[in-house]
Amino acid sequence: MAGARRKLLLMGRSGSGKSSMRSIIFSNYSAFDTRRLGATIDVEHSHLRFLGNMTLNLWDCGGQDAYMDHYFSTQRDNIFRMVEALIFVFDVESKELRKDIETFVLCLRNLYEFSPTAKIFALVHKMDLVIVEKRQDVYRALMKSLEDTSAMFSFQVQGFATTIWDESLYKAWSSIVCTLIPNVTVFQKHLHTFADISEADEVILFEKTTFLVISHVTNARSPGFRSDSTRFEKISNIIKQYKQSCNKLRAQFQSLSLRGSDFTAYLDTMTANTMIMVIMSNKTDSRGSTDLLGNSEINGDSDDSFASEAENNIILANIKIARKMFEKIEMMNPDAR
Amino acid sequence: MTMSVDEVHDGHAFGPNPSPRIVMMGLRRGGKSSICQVMFHNMQPLDTLYIESTTAPTTSVFSSFIDFAVMELPGQINFTEAMIDAERIFSSCGALIYVIDSQDEYINSLANLHSIILHAVNANPNINIEVFIHKVDGLSEDFRLDAQRDITQRVTDELLDDGLVNVSISFHLTSIFDHSIYEAFSRVVQKLIPQLATLENLLNVLCQHSGIEKAFLFDIGSKIFVATDSSPMDVPTYEICTDFIDITVDMNNLYAVDRRPKPVTRNDANTNNGTVSITNRLESIPQGRPIGSTSRLSNGVILYLQQMVKGLALVCLMRKESMPKIALVEYNIEFFRDALEQLWLIG
Repeated sequence: MAGARRKLLLMGRSGSGKSSMRSIIFSNYSAFDTRRLGATIDVEHSHLRFLGNMTLNLWDCGGQDAYMDHYFSTQRDNIFRMVEALIFVFDVESKELRKDIETFVLCLRNLYEFSPTAKIFALVHKMDLVIVEKRQDVYRALMKSLEDTSAMFSFQVQGFATTIWDESLYKAWSSIVCTLIPNVTVFQKHLHTFADISEADEVILFEKTTFLVISHVTNARSPGFRSDSTRFEKISNIIKQYKQSCNKLRAQFQSLSLRGSDFTAYLDTMTANTMIMVIMSNKTDSRGSTDLLGNSEINGDSDDSFASEAENNIILANIKIARKMFEKIEMMNPDAR
Repeated sequence: MTMSVDEVHDGHAFGPNPSPRIVMMGLRRGGKSSICQVMFHNMQPLDTLYIESTTAPTTSVFSSFIDFAVMELPGQINFTEAMIDAERIFSSCGALIYVIDSQDEYINSLANLHSIILHAVNANPNINIEVFIHKVDGLSEDFRLDAQRDITQRVTDELLDDGLVNVSISFHLTSIFDHSIYEAFSRVVQKLIPQLATLENLLNVLCQHSGIEKAFLFDIGSKIFVATDSSPMDVPTYEICTDFIDITVDMNNLYAVDRRPKPVTRNDANTNNGTVSITNRLESIPQGRPIGSTSRLSNGVILYLQQMVKGLALVCLMRKESMPKIALVEYNIEFFRDALEQLWLIG
């Protein structure tokens, strides 16, 4: 069944981190493992199935000058035709920022000619090498010049500050991939319905292999629900590492349920390509007294565990029922609304 | 496992200033500070490159289920001068960890170790000598076994020459870049817990009656395991249990209403120089209902975690056939929890 094919151009100076990013998100490398990646020779093509109805055609373009010259001359129409998105990586430590921006402009010029509807993303990468206080300024300064240059070609550029050493990489790539999913609004709508029926505080839909966030719904019902705004990418990061640990035992993890101090989280397989995470906060106040050693005596202990078992089953049943619906969405004709 | 450490233990109450129970020694640049930082202050192993040389004895207090203090003596110390001080320290400690850099020439290290053992055993005949053959991540498998054999041979020979036959001495291959350091430290700490036999017994009974294949009692902050049941243990199982604790705590901190210092996610290179001490990590688990988590793996294994008293967690491996009876398992675990509470009230 022909799904939507999305061509992504990954460009940037040699050594800026393009292949490292690609291997972490799509090939299960850890940040540490990326040390052993060598320079990319010419263009490396990867075809990645994303959800049931979309193939990402990722063109990782080696950044060495010799290759770059070819891209803008002999290979121009091959590279820049039918591009859905350009992801340009800027190394924050680059000594030749001017030249990088010029290359960016060249890309924009070619895209304007061959793929004028392409989306433009700029990743300001290796931010871990900048001291914390300066990061905002460095990012804004670069983005200002990029926004100005993109405007010249009537493109709107979206920027992200990233590093492979924390969850910011997941945030950037989740956002990028989400704009490419053909029927993401359908997912959002049905996820909303699911969240309402389950009376969940939060529901997140992840793609199974990369653990990028496809969609999320927050219905902050309980008064105490104040969460970390970077939690989505942190979850991607945490679970990705758990997947790698499970691989050591030659197994994959199928589900995870977490009974926290005042909430419960369920992470389960939704369809063959997605996993769903449901967060429910505890409605009953089961806090008892706390003695000096910090041991809490919970009143109504047995009631609490019965309630959570029933709740567990309800959520799993809901997911099972919703599964069919979500499978249909994935198989949908990508151009349908 | 020697039970004679009871005598050392009984002399010291669990007070706010516990005397050092574990002493860490070794030549300089052996890796002692790195071990302490990684285990007790949550430092990433890669960041230990930037630690400065230790100039004064440093104590890390490890207060979760038992008040432990790990005292690290700097490697530059001229031992003969510090002899008298050291004897006082040895008489009140349960274990002496000696760190040998296996990537370096270790002859000098062994000579130093020998003289330290003589003084230690003199001051405290019941002390456990634990030799960490450290930095083995840089050696191949054969080389590691060779090094261990060689060092064991030399040390025991020298001790025999001096007529010391009753010294409790063990050798461990360790590295901060994998789980071996946690395992070795677990073994060291286990020998110092007087309640160990009771704990093992409790775990055995729990496993038999609940269809649990393997159970560990972990300390959440340091990921040292305090006790395990008698079934055979393999390293991958231990590793996945420690990883499971990490993700449970990290995920819990994302959503818990009681906001505490943010968790340091594992690949975060920007750690604030390891100043998040072990007790901070423990406080980051809010009080309330004990935390638990369950995970199903594709090979039919279920990982099950339940928070216990005093910063401990029970981590079990079960088969998926046990899941329908999970209510019974949880019922049994409640008994186990009560037993633990009573054990600490007595202890």
